[in-house]
Amino acid sequence: MDMKVSKKKLGLKEKYQHMTRGLGWETTYQSMDEVFPYAKYEGIKIHDWDKWEDPFRLTMDSYWKYQAEKERKFYAIIDAHAQNNGHLSVTDARYINAVKLFLNGISPLEYMAHRGFAHAGRQFPGVGPRVACLMQSLDEIRHAQTQIHSLSNYNKYYNGFHEYRHMLERVWYLSVPRSFFDDAITAGPFEFMVAIGFSFEYVLTNLLFVPFVSGAAYNGDMGTMTFGFSAQSDEARHMTLGLEVIKFILEQDPDNLPIVQQWIDKWTWRGYRVLTLVGMMMDYMLPKRIMSWKEAWEVYFEENGGALFKDLARYGIRPPKWLDQIEKDKDHISHQAWAVFYNYAAACNFHTWIPTDDEMDWLSQKYPNSFDKYYRPRLEFWREEAKKGNRFYNKTLPMLCQTCQIPMLFTEPGDPTQICYREVDYKDNKYHFCSDGCKEIFEHEPEKYIQSWLPVHQIYQGNCFNEGVDPTAEGFDPLAAVLDYYHLNFGRDNLDFEGSEDQKNFDAWRGMATKNT
Amino acid sequence: MSKVFIALQTNDDTRSIIQAILADNPHAIANEQPAMVKIDAEGSLVVRRSSIEELIGRDFDLQELHINLISLTGHVDETDDELTLSWNT
Repeated sequence: MDMKVSKKKLGLKEKYQHMTRGLGWETTYQSMDEVFPYAKYEGIKIHDWDKWEDPFRLTMDSYWKYQAEKERKFYAIIDAHAQNNGHLSVTDARYINAVKLFLNGISPLEYMAHRGFAHAGRQFPGVGPRVACLMQSLDEIRHAQTQIHSLSNYNKYYNGFHEYRHMLERVWYLSVPRSFFDDAITAGPFEFMVAIGFSFEYVLTNLLFVPFVSGAAYNGDMGTMTFGFSAQSDEARHMTLGLEVIKFILEQDPDNLPIVQQWIDKWTWRGYRVLTLVGMMMDYMLPKRIMSWKEAWEVYFEENGGALFKDLARYGIRPPKWLDQIEKDKDHISHQAWAVFYNYAAACNFHTWIPTDDEMDWLSQKYPNSFDKYYRPRLEFWREEAKKGNRFYNKTLPMLCQTCQIPMLFTEPGDPTQICYREVDYKDNKYHFCSDGCKEIFEHEPEKYIQSWLPVHQIYQGNCFNEGVDPTAEGFDPLAAVLDYYHLNFGRDNLDFEGSEDQKNFDAWRGMATKNT
Repeated sequence: MSKVFIALQTNDDTRSIIQAILADNPHAIANEQPAMVKIDAEGSLVVRRSSIEELIGRDFDLQELHINLISLTGHVDETDDELTLSWNT
């Protein structure tokens, strides 16, 4: 008689134990402190790394298996998108500018996150977080690659995608996302994990990925939807890691609480400022809109973030600082940011426009307290001026916030007619800030932020011209010289969407795709 | 009571998963959005392997969820049989 022999298989918990914890050891040739030199200087006290819990209990072998599956799905769709001229299926060619902003401003952050997690992971004496960071580091480089691969399909046809790598380190507005990540990866490993793992991944990335990527799907962009969802399938793991980090640090020692709280305050504010760009993309750059920035903020920050901080209260954590200001700002920041880009469209690597009447009606419906009162009249005025041939492109340089590097475009909390300015005197210099949050972050670490590479200051110091350019020559055009240095082609990559090469090409090609001409 | 959620891509793989989640969590509400489904639930939400297997007619490893997962909130507790999301408050 046959006897059924069941194959002895390890359960999830046992497998995780062997294939993660079992891989670590105490070093003896060199002391643990020398092997992990950054583990203590931030003041975080860890007594028992074995208390680390990874809720997903994913081991490297399963990781490769599932990631390979995701890649197969991803490339099948990307190939189909390219073979089928998927770029012509988007609702309206204006939409492509949102994708330009994504490639230029967000994809390089994925690569920086890859480096950051590789670095932070290396520094943790505990094997649990080390393996989790290794996976996240690999995820992040995958995201950078898949985004570059999908968006290269757009680069074949449209302007503004051609030099994202070069531009990241030069173009004025790109210093905002870039300096955010520079700040994080130059912090210690624990701060990096609270900054990116917790504050960014857990508290804020839903706002970037969920409504925006769903919006890409709504606008017929299969390429962006695919890389977005493929990246997101890793995000749930990242978020879980971020939450675990916080719980673990707080459970290890009561002295860790004030340090962690200060990081949560700082990084929630820093991340929130960067997301201004996303707010603008959602409210102004998606021709078919899915939800407003304000609605997304209410669902993903106020509701989820609220639940999260209520839960963390048992450790003594309170919600991040400056939430009262954020609450007031949600009616305003996307409109204020779009107005600034419209003003500086000559120095941008994407196109701007005035929303159509329908779109303005949508905005007044979504922003009943602010749009008609403060923003619609301004947009209508600019539209009238442009019709009369007076389209004004601002060529002077804005003052930047020393911390977030965003031009001073935000208004006083509670008074949307007054630009908010704060300043600090530090070692014979005056530093300027957009908000109490950015000011306080500076005051906590002034020696770090006085080193900021601020694009406007760099232009004035003559550091943003190509070699051999003489700013004292007769008829010197500083904007043209800066655009050369950016590798930005005047008249192709910048200015209004109306009349752009992208607009003409898209119309012509879409015509060819639907008619026999 | 705080809400937890799980968001999944809308596709053929997730159709049965979503159906199983909704059957196992009568208090959960599915929100359909372009290309995705977000399931919200007060307090906690459980994803049960056996319920999914019954619908798809094959063995299912809960870690397969990762392929089509978009996002989630709450504390995660995963065993071979169940994935639970919850808040402590």
